[in-house]
Amino acid sequence: MTTDAPGEALEVEFREASKRYPGAERLAVERLSLDVPSGEICVLVGPSGCGKTTAMRMANRMVEITEGDVVIGGRSVRERSPSQLRREVGYVIQQIGLFPHRTIADNVATVPRLLGWNRERTAARVEELLALIGLDPELAERYPAQLSGGQQQRVGVARALAANPGVMLMDEPFGAVDPINRERLQNEFLRLQAELGKTILFVTHDIDEAIKMGDRIAIMREGGKLAQYATPAELLMAPADGFVEDFVGADRALKRLALMRVGDVDLWQAPLAHVGQASGEVRRKLVGAEVPYALVIDSERRPLGWLSDADLARETVPARRVASADPILDVGDVMRDALSDLLQAETQYAPVVDGGGRIAGVLSVEIISEFLSSDEALVEEHPAAERPHA
Amino acid sequence: MLVALATLAPIAQGSGGFVREPDDAATNCVAENTTVCVGWAIDNIDRYVTPTLQHLEMVVLSVVFGFAIAFAMALLSHRRRWLVPGFTGVTGVLYTLPSIALFSLLLPVTGRGTATAVIALTLYTLQIIYRNIVTGLSNVPGEARDAGRGMGMTDRQLLWRVELPLAVPEIVAGLRIATVSTVAIATLAIFAGAGGLGAEIYNNITFKTGIVVCGAIAIAMAIVLDALLFLAQARLVRWRRQTPTVAGPPGRFAGFFRRLLGPIGARP
Ligand SMILES: Nc1ncnc2c1ncn2[C@@H]1O[C@H](COP(=O)(O)OP(=O)(O)O)[C@@H](O)[C@H]1O
Ligand SMILES: [Mg+2]
Repeated sequence: MTTDAPGEALEVEFREASKRYPGAERLAVERLSLDVPSGEICVLVGPSGCGKTTAMRMANRMVEITEGDVVIGGRSVRERSPSQLRREVGYVIQQIGLFPHRTIADNVATVPRLLGWNRERTAARVEELLALIGLDPELAERYPAQLSGGQQQRVGVARALAANPGVMLMDEPFGAVDPINRERLQNEFLRLQAELGKTILFVTHDIDEAIKMGDRIAIMREGGKLAQYATPAELLMAPADGFVEDFVGADRALKRLALMRVGDVDLWQAPLAHVGQASGEVRRKLVGAEVPYALVIDSERRPLGWLSDADLARETVPARRVASADPILDVGDVMRDALSDLLQAETQYAPVVDGGGRIAGVLSVEIISEFLSSDEALVEEHPAAERPHA
Repeated sequence: MLVALATLAPIAQGSGGFVREPDDAATNCVAENTTVCVGWAIDNIDRYVTPTLQHLEMVVLSVVFGFAIAFAMALLSHRRRWLVPGFTGVTGVLYTLPSIALFSLLLPVTGRGTATAVIALTLYTLQIIYRNIVTGLSNVPGEARDAGRGMGMTDRQLLWRVELPLAVPEIVAGLRIATVSTVAIATLAIFAGAGGLGAEIYNNITFKTGIVVCGAIAIAMAIVLDALLFLAQARLVRWRRQTPTVAGPPGRFAGFFRRLLGPIGARP
């Protein structure tokens, strides 16, 4: 943040806020009370049509509140004109909603221009934001249709951040991208949030995403009723009622894996080998080892690959191996993603590296299953943004 | 096309009747009047310059006025949707009025001449231009509109910065159809006492070569104007070029010839 000091993160409070659409019999949101402390991510989650979008849009008056109030930074949202309010609250709409006729740079510059920033300040801010979201500056003059879904999504986030709002509303921001890119975008966003510390209202219908992204989760049910408002761990440990329990799913223990990282468990150690080392030495190390395969590393202790029996039958450790080291995990990876990587690669073991790419240990499917059956499966909680993700 | 005509003009000065030079072949051809006399047409092209310019003037004025009026109507009805059926109905009725009837309604008020013709032609363009602007505005993706509002745009900012730019393809499509059909309908301006290519045809209605030359000029005019609008659109809608779903109205050329030929035979 060079051109603009980060807008101060503001607390968001829903005070018995209700919404009835004209002509509708039922309330779309019923007496919703929520307190989102400044700098935290609150995820609104629930089945489709339960009123998440409606609730969120009350905060920027895209939906007029029927009864009750929403208070941002101590001031009722009704104290400002809707357009004034909306320029102060970042908004990432469902379906991204980039302006197709405007270049990426112009899209990002939308709110600064509405606020009447001068040309240089706007251009500097756009450049800074594109760097922040890791978009190639060459793409600045392209049109949205020329970008991939993931890139468009990042631009949507950059556009919402442009005027440095203290509060961000994000409506299913990663709903339109494929699962692999979604995971990457989620991780990127959490890294960004660790830096920016915005107050964020985040809507999703995906409980896994809620658990991953939320510092707090508000589970909503049909008719816009709040079923439970709690931290992810609380939610997984003590669901308030049958609805929450069903919504969270039978695999609650498994879901706790989403709250921890690979570095949080005791990793196993594999015998290590170097290219050119005598095979006899390696074979001796394998006797009684925790991991029954040897891992070849380079001079900087980066994993290169597993040694097969055929490799070991030679005189020395060969430079070309049959089995690659993939998947290589990071100590910062979310445990659930690590497990899915293991299962997808149909492998028992994966080397785990530290931030510098050096071998830190080996994660096995067995470690995870033992962990799940033990009581410590509920680890201490990290704020979403501080649960580092690769 | 017009440039070509203009450069030809000085070659053929001081004309009198049909035949400028005592050229036997050309004279015979014109006298027999059984086929198109190409040689005669080339020698006498100057007589078509003034009708062509009159024709062009009527078309351009009508489309410009038509656009101004239809645009105002579209903006008026944009946030007052209940006006749309009324406006569509009125412009639709105007469009179906036979031109002869419309001219005879206007003649007592505005008199014979270009003004009457332009008024009538303007009224004919309203339907297509208005409907296309309305369609263009209503085809603006809901997300884009929602995003604009969500970023804090006022209604006016939303209209000028998001909705109208996104409606440009449909708006220009409407202008293109209106222009091409006005080139055709303007041949009837003779009945309003205005000049143009129609007057040239009707004043020499039995002369085959003259009819063919006027028809060719009208077709060329329509093609050139259509191409100019197409180029303008391509410049304005650069953002859309990469998306694969751009298509002109289907069978545009078939429709074009039908519109061009239809009124001469059927309309009056
Ligand atoms: N503009 C609207 N007018 C009338 N009813 C609406 C409108 N928007 C949403 N609703 C209704 O309100 C309820 C909640 O919708 P929404 O907030 O979009 O749910 P969610 O985002 O959880 O899927 C639904 O029953 C929906 O049909
Ligand atoms: Mg929704």
